[in-house]
Amino acid sequence: MAFELSKESVQSDFIKKIEELSGEEISACYHCGKCSAGCPSAMAMDLLPNQIIRAIQLGDIETLKTSNTPWICASCVTCYVRCPRGIDLCSIMEAVRQMTLRTNKDHIDIKKYTGELASLPPIAVVSALRKMSS
Amino acid sequence: MKRMGLFICHCGTNIADTVDVEKLAKKFESYPGIVFSTNYKYMCSHPGQALIADAIKEHDLDGVIVAACSPILHETTFRKLARQSGINPYQCEIANIREQCSWVHKDKEKATAKAEKIIKSIIEKTRLNEDLKPIEVDVTRKALVIGGGVAGIQAALDIADAGYPVLLVEKEPSIGGHMAQLSETFPTLDCSQCILTPKMVEAATHPNIELLAYSEVKSVDGYVGNFTVTIEEKATGIDWDICTGCGQCSEICPISVPSEFEKGLGNRPAIYTPFPQAVPNKPIIDSENCLEMKTGACGLCVRECEAEAINFNMEPTYREEEVGAIVVATGYELYPIMNLGEYGGGEIEDVIDGLAFERLLSSSGPTNGKIRRPSDGKLVKDIVFIQCAGSRDPEKHKPYCSRICCMYSTKQAMLYKHSVHDGQPYIFYIDIRSGGKGYEEFVERAQREDKVIYIRGKVSKLYRENGKVKIAGVDTIANKPIELEADLVVLAMAMIPTTGTEKLANVLKLQTDANGFLQETHPKLRPLESTTAGFYLAGCSQSPKDIPDTVSQASGAAAKVVGLFSGEYLQLEPTIATVDEELCSGCGICISVCPYSAREMDIGKGIAKVNEALCVGCGACVVACPSGATDQKNLTDEQISSMAKAILKGEKES
Repeated sequence: MAFELSKESVQSDFIKKIEELSGEEISACYHCGKCSAGCPSAMAMDLLPNQIIRAIQLGDIETLKTSNTPWICASCVTCYVRCPRGIDLCSIMEAVRQMTLRTNKDHIDIKKYTGELASLPPIAVVSALRKMSS
Repeated sequence: MKRMGLFICHCGTNIADTVDVEKLAKKFESYPGIVFSTNYKYMCSHPGQALIADAIKEHDLDGVIVAACSPILHETTFRKLARQSGINPYQCEIANIREQCSWVHKDKEKATAKAEKIIKSIIEKTRLNEDLKPIEVDVTRKALVIGGGVAGIQAALDIADAGYPVLLVEKEPSIGGHMAQLSETFPTLDCSQCILTPKMVEAATHPNIELLAYSEVKSVDGYVGNFTVTIEEKATGIDWDICTGCGQCSEICPISVPSEFEKGLGNRPAIYTPFPQAVPNKPIIDSENCLEMKTGACGLCVRECEAEAINFNMEPTYREEEVGAIVVATGYELYPIMNLGEYGGGEIEDVIDGLAFERLLSSSGPTNGKIRRPSDGKLVKDIVFIQCAGSRDPEKHKPYCSRICCMYSTKQAMLYKHSVHDGQPYIFYIDIRSGGKGYEEFVERAQREDKVIYIRGKVSKLYRENGKVKIAGVDTIANKPIELEADLVVLAMAMIPTTGTEKLANVLKLQTDANGFLQETHPKLRPLESTTAGFYLAGCSQSPKDIPDTVSQASGAAAKVVGLFSGEYLQLEPTIATVDEELCSGCGICISVCPYSAREMDIGKGIAKVNEALCVGCGACVVACPSGATDQKNLTDEQISSMAKAILKGEKES
């Protein structure tokens, strides 16, 4: 299916929100691919890291929702230290994750857990499980 | 007996990897006539040249053979060295063992054997060389510049500023060229008119420049330093000498036809100046559309003209001029939009080319700088720019990159965004080529500040849908087909030489390349010179280029002309044809075969002479002469025969 590009998609509030959450300038990326070339987790990702930025630039929210890439990103910062335009892609990945997390959709009920898990700080467990299960 | 020295160059590894230079140098030590033979890594370098100079003195040489690259590269270098070392420069010859040997062969043994034969043949040629002196001819210190775009204007101004008279010939009614049509220019966003119009005025008022607008060069005779040109001053229908340029004739004219200057997006009358800042600011009559000239039933302008300058019966006039050098700056035009049917070129009104969009952007354009689409005048909210429209497409269109489109589309997208703040520009591209001072930064600015969306991928088709233009393309970075709707689509059409370039090249006897651009002698060694002596190239007639490069090239061409004019006389190569008057029967075959009009009949003597200034030593007449009366200096029949013998010696007869 072709993506329907429009002024509404490329000027959408979604992009502004990602920029606000990450503190990064999405339009700065010119797709040299250095982030994707050096990403140690790229082999497990369904989209390359720069393609995540591309989807944001185009306002292609559906692609972002379904991609496993932001969840596989380990925030190792290899991309950021190498980016010729100084973009902190890790922060953008986190912003994309946050956009999903902030929909408050949980696949598990923390109260059902007992034993060792129950003794950990609930926020740590929730964060870890959200990341694993979203 | 001649005392010759042989100097074999390694050219780094270019020659030495394929030809055993050490072995050859050793072998030639005992060759008849060779009194010194050596090899060196770079013979053209300072130590290499010093080696030759020392050897000439030490061994009292009167002949030098340098076995190296093509004579096109360094024959001049080594002949100059020979002259400085006290021997006649025409006793120095080049044996080309690089282009004609090491570069085209792999087998070292066979290549070495071939190099040996090449060197032998050149030794045999040198053995019979005579001392020659360059031919000296006078120079007419006046230049002709053909084309009044920014290239021609710059070249004319630079030559004129150096103190030499210039004839500036422009075929359109005004100088300025395409640059006059542009809105603002990358990467500084200066207004094009602000840079150009002062230059146009300066060219028109410079005491050393005579401006001939609405004129064309019809013929050129002669040779470098001494050309005779015929120029047609086309009939303007108006006596420019008495016209005051008040413009009342244009106002009263009832005719309205699409304006060429406005790329058809605006209209003009039949009596018109192409644009308000035109230089000269005098109108012409378009005879095809003038009512009076078609039917004799108008004449409104005649009544309006207080100066009584209008003359419908004006005829073109012709004048002859003597010039010493000619700068050809005939510019470019855009590949016709009609050729891109899949993009709706010529069919969809809201698909236009880059120059037409410049007129929409221009504050003095048909929409006063408001970006309105041609179909219904609606303000444009979504705009798509498509790169490489006809360029980089060797299968169907032009194989080359037009070089300026990436930058001007970026500029246009930027200017659009500055004009329509809530609009959105998109650029479909294959590669962004932003090589140039401040260019990459300019593209970055478009991406980051003006939020221009760059989409890497070609568009497959454009079509009308819901009153908009629908675009089907691909984003090869997102790896997805893309669809979008736009109000206006701008095609960055390929740049091609102007329609008249081919015809003019025939008139001037200039070589063109596979794409019709004028051919330079060598891209690096002589990029400003045409393959015919005395003609210099500037601007897009040679290849697509932007304004900074065009102006630089024009100034460079002007410097070449000034260099030619600054000598006391001109030196021409003496390796030309000669005639043995005793043998010549006056049959005239040589005259018919000479491509340079250098052979002429001496009626008194009944023989065919050689015009030394015109002859370039091509050898056509030497071959054609049935009496064996014509020979070429330092490439005589005897020399050719001994060269052939040297090469064939030892070969089996077949």
